Amino acid sequence: MKKALCVLIAVLMLVPLAACGSGRQAVTLNILNWGDYIDPEILDQFTEETGIEVKYSTMTSNEEMLVKLSAADCIYDICFPSDYVIEKLVAQDLLHPLNRENIPNLANIDERFLDLSFDPGNTYSVPYMWGTVGILYNTTMVSEPVTSWNVLWEEQYKGKILMYDSVRDSIGITLCKLGYSLNTRDEAQVLAAQEALIAQKPLVRAYLTDDIKMEMINGSAALAVVYSGDALYCMDENPDLDYVVPSEGSNVWFDNVIIPKTSQHTAEAEAFINFLCDAEVARANAEYICYSSPNKAALALLGPEFTESPVFNPPQEDLDRCEIFHDLGDFVGVFSDAWTKVKAA
Amino acid sequence: MRRSVFSYPYIVWMLLFILSPMILIFYYAFTGEGGFTLQYLVSALDADNLTVLWDSIRLALYTTVICLLLGYPVALMLSRMRKATATLLSVFFIVPMWMNFLLRTYAWKVLLGAYTGILYTEAAVLLGMVYNFLPFMILPVYTILMKLDPSYIEAAGDLGANGVTTFFKVILPLSLPGIISGITMVFIPSTTTFAISQLLGGGMTMLYGDLIYMKFITEQSWSAGSALSIVLLAFVLLSMGVMRHFDKDSSGEKGGVRKW
Repeated sequence: MKKALCVLIAVLMLVPLAACGSGRQAVTLNILNWGDYIDPEILDQFTEETGIEVKYSTMTSNEEMLVKLSAADCIYDICFPSDYVIEKLVAQDLLHPLNRENIPNLANIDERFLDLSFDPGNTYSVPYMWGTVGILYNTTMVSEPVTSWNVLWEEQYKGKILMYDSVRDSIGITLCKLGYSLNTRDEAQVLAAQEALIAQKPLVRAYLTDDIKMEMINGSAALAVVYSGDALYCMDENPDLDYVVPSEGSNVWFDNVIIPKTSQHTAEAEAFINFLCDAEVARANAEYICYSSPNKAALALLGPEFTESPVFNPPQEDLDRCEIFHDLGDFVGVFSDAWTKVKAA
Repeated sequence: MRRSVFSYPYIVWMLLFILSPMILIFYYAFTGEGGFTLQYLVSALDADNLTVLWDSIRLALYTTVICLLLGYPVALMLSRMRKATATLLSVFFIVPMWMNFLLRTYAWKVLLGAYTGILYTEAAVLLGMVYNFLPFMILPVYTILMKLDPSYIEAAGDLGANGVTTFFKVILPLSLPGIISGITMVFIPSTTTFAISQLLGGGMTMLYGDLIYMKFITEQSWSAGSALSIVLLAFVLLSMGVMRHFDKDSSGEKGGVRKW
C-alpha cells in the first residue's frame, strides 16, 4: 500500500516537469478582471495571434482583488484595479515595473490620462477604462433640470432615489454636495456627510450596485447614483434616461492594467497590455463595454454615437470639477464607521 | 479500538477546518499592531454594532416565530396523513432545497419587484428568511410527531380529553424536542445570514453578517471582523445553551411525560 502511494506521488511529481519540458509555447496568462469588463472575442484574438493561452476569472470589488493580490501565492499575471488601489499596491510593493519597450502602443493613450497622481510616470500601470460618477435620471419623472447633488435630498422624490452601495462612492458624493473634498481626512466633514446621508435615508428606495441598471431601465426609480459607463448602457436601453455630472463636482476614476510582482510571465503579460492598447482592439473593447477609453487612436475609429456623447466623452470642464480618489490609509476606518451608522440608522 | 481508527479522518477534519480557523479568529481579534489588545473587542461591543446585532436578533426571532406558527400545523397535518401521501408531500418541501438558495431568493426579488411594493423593505427580508428556513422547522417537528405513539392520543380520548385538551396536554409537550431543534435550526442561521438581506433588503437594513463582511472585505480589518465574529459566536453559544436547558426540561421529569 505504502509503496503504491510512493509510486503514485512520484508520478504526480513528474507531471509538472514534463509540462516544463514540452517547451515555452504553452504559456498561460491568468487574468483577473471585473465582470463583463472585456470583449471576450479580444481574448480569443490574442491567443490566435500570439499562441499565449488565457485563463480568465472575475471579481466584484477592488477590495476582493486586493485580498487576492496580497496573497503570497498570487497566481495572476494581469489585473485591473482602480486608481486609489494602485496607490495602495505600490505602497505595499506588490507591482511589477513595466518594461516600456514591450508596450509601444502606449503612444496611443491620450496624454491627459498619463502620468496621473496615483502612478506618476506610469511606472506600474496603463489606463484601461475611465469615467465619472454622476446622476442618472428619468426625464419622465424628473421635470426640473438636474444640476446638483441636492436633487437626491428632495422630498418629492421619496422612494424613487437609488444610492450606490459602496462606502467611498456614497460618502464621496455627499462630501461633494457639502462642498468638501472626497479625499478629506477631516473627521468633522465625514461626520457631516454621515448626518446628511442619515437624513436622506427615508427618501431612499435602496442602496444597490449592479441592480441599479435594471431598476433604472424598467422605470422603478427616478434618480440614481451611477458610473458613467453604466449610465451609457442604461440610456441605450431606455431613451427616457439622461445623465449629468453635478455642478458641485464628483469623482473621476480610472481602471488600469497592472502586472503583479509575483507574475512568472511578465513579458507575455506586457504583450497582452500592448495588445489591449492597439487602436482597433481598444475600439472593439470600448464598443462592447460602453465605458470610456483613454485610447485616443481608438476614439478616432469610434462612431459619433460614442465620440459626440457627453457621457462617453465628457467635456473638459466636467472633468475639471472632478477629483480622483486617493488611498485613505487607516482613515478609511472613519469612512466605514460613518457608513455603518448610515446603514444601521 | 477499530472505531478510533475510523475516527481519525474526522479528527483531522476537525483540526484543519474547525479548530484552526477558530484559533485564527481568536488570534486576529486579540492582536493589534502592538501585540495583545482588547481594543477590537471593546469596539465590537460599542452601541452601533450592538444595534446591528439587535436588529439581526429581532429579525431572526420574527422569522423563528413565523416559521413555528406556519410549520407546526403543516408538520401535524403531515403526521396525520397516510404514510405515502406524507412522504410525497414532504418531497415537495425538500426538492426546492436542492436548488441553490441564492437562485430562489433572486426569484423572490423579481416577483416582489414586479407584483408588490414591499421589495427593499424589512418585510421582504423577513419573507425571504421565512421562505428559506421553513423546511428546517417542518422537518424536525414532523419527524417527532410521526414517531408519536397513537395510543397516547387514544388514551387521552378515553380519559375524556377533547381535541384541544389532547393537543395542549399530550401532543404539544411530547413534540417539544422537535420544536426545540426546529427553533435552533431556524434561529441560528437567520441570526448569521447576510445574502438574503442584501438581495431583498436593498441595503436598507444592515444585519450582523453584513457588518462582518464589511469589516473583512471593505475595511480590510481582519481584527475588527474577528472581534465581531467572536461576539456573534458568544451569542449563538449562549442561545444554544438556553435551548438545551429547555430540551433537558422537556425530556426529563417535567412536562407532559410526568403526567403519565
